[in-house]
Amino acid sequence: MKIMTCPVNGPRNISEFAWGGEIKPQPDPATCTDAEWTDHLFLEANTAGVVSEWWLHTPTNTWFVARRNTVTDEVLETMTADTFFSRRSDTLR
Amino acid sequence: MPFALLKYAARSALKGDHAADAHFHWTPDLKPAYDVVIIGAGGHGLAVAYYLATRHGITNIAVLDKGWLAGGNTARNTTIVRANYLTPEGVAFYKESVNLFRSLSNELDINVMYTERGHFTLAHTDAALNTARWRAEVNTHMGVASEVIGPDEIKRLCPTLNVSDDVHMPVLGALYHPPGAIARHDAVAWGYAKEAMRRGVEVHTQTAVNKILVENGRAIGVETNRGTIHAGRIVQAVAGSSSVVASMAGLKLPIRTIPLQACVSEPVKPILDQIVVSGSLHVYISQSARGEMVMGGATDAYGLYSTRSTLDFKESLMAHMLELFPFMGELKVLRQWAGMADMTPDFSPVMGLTPIENYFIDAGWGTWGFKATPVSGVRMAECVATGRQPDLLKPFALDRFRSFDLVGEKGAASVGH
Repeated sequence: MKIMTCPVNGPRNISEFAWGGEIKPQPDPATCTDAEWTDHLFLEANTAGVVSEWWLHTPTNTWFVARRNTVTDEVLETMTADTFFSRRSDTLR
Repeated sequence: MPFALLKYAARSALKGDHAADAHFHWTPDLKPAYDVVIIGAGGHGLAVAYYLATRHGITNIAVLDKGWLAGGNTARNTTIVRANYLTPEGVAFYKESVNLFRSLSNELDINVMYTERGHFTLAHTDAALNTARWRAEVNTHMGVASEVIGPDEIKRLCPTLNVSDDVHMPVLGALYHPPGAIARHDAVAWGYAKEAMRRGVEVHTQTAVNKILVENGRAIGVETNRGTIHAGRIVQAVAGSSSVVASMAGLKLPIRTIPLQACVSEPVKPILDQIVVSGSLHVYISQSARGEMVMGGATDAYGLYSTRSTLDFKESLMAHMLELFPFMGELKVLRQWAGMADMTPDFSPVMGLTPIENYFIDAGWGTWGFKATPVSGVRMAECVATGRQPDLLKPFALDRFRSFDLVGEKGAASVGH
């Protein structure tokens, strides 16, 4: 069984987690065009390589951020959303 | 009987000559320009080339693949062909595919071993039974044979299936689809390649596309590891790598790449003639012509560009498989693999025109690509030749996401997503 480390609950079997997809900046729904909004809803970068993405520890309903390589199937780092966004506040809204 | 077999029989009877013709005649040098360049030499890409040549008279075509012929998802599926989908759009599309499959051996002069086995989608809950009834109604309305049957009838048609109550989730009924079939996946691709090449199409393997040349919103060519090629029109049909290739053309797709695993058992004598699927248990199984049990389950729980296999998959698959077919406990798993599946939000493909002029896409196949090979070939060829989106492909156009006109094909995977 593959192990993933939840930043709150520690190392757990990966079957306890749900994948939330890549983190992407959300356009402002009040000012963006319809096309920008549908693109945000449906289009995916679907990166082959290192990505930052949402994961959920389902038994405790804890959302957090993982950095993962989608080619080698390695989890490189996990952190709370606070940590991630304070680190990257300059690049993501 | 396929003509190839008749010729073989006649030739060996008359002359004692047992040698068949070579499948392929490789074309070593790339030309500087082609009318159509197709990226991806899998079943879909080769079928597009074949139908462009036979139905539209376009033969100045290069099919490029970074690997080898039909070595991607064409070689990594579970070879099931069926038309019992849920949406009218999906049913109409696959009805045409089943019709094409039925005459494919004769058309391609190669035995694709298409055999109609009867396809059972088992229901273990009232909700699943209701969906089965819904699908049966849509299918019947569209002229596709489908009916809901009870456990006694299931047992009569498929005697090896365990329908007793003494299991975790007893079988309440099934959606029975008599035309459900299996085919030899490699032969389908080889047949298209052979017949396309006989008409002048070039297939270049070990030829990776590194860049797609776009000028003023128009695709004009590709840069490969063997030089630059100019192209009148470009088609991408690359299954799991769709997002990577599309991004070279500046396109972002509504696709996530997720592994779908499968495995086969050691070969045994014929014991299971049918194709049995359970959406609730995440299990599907059929027996190949070689006697192997071909088995699959659900997609992996997260996206990945890898064809690795996992122990979790086999454990969860076998736990349910042994309830349905207790005799499977005696069999060994012979080999296992994964395909990289393009998953779209509505479990339906993305086909046809793109915002880039002269750039056509055949992607988003998720878990239903092999059974669509002939119909995608025919309709994508029509789209490329005419420059218009064929009626059958209109529901699957890329721009449906802009208009919230999603297809919602919940009958797509036998096993849910």
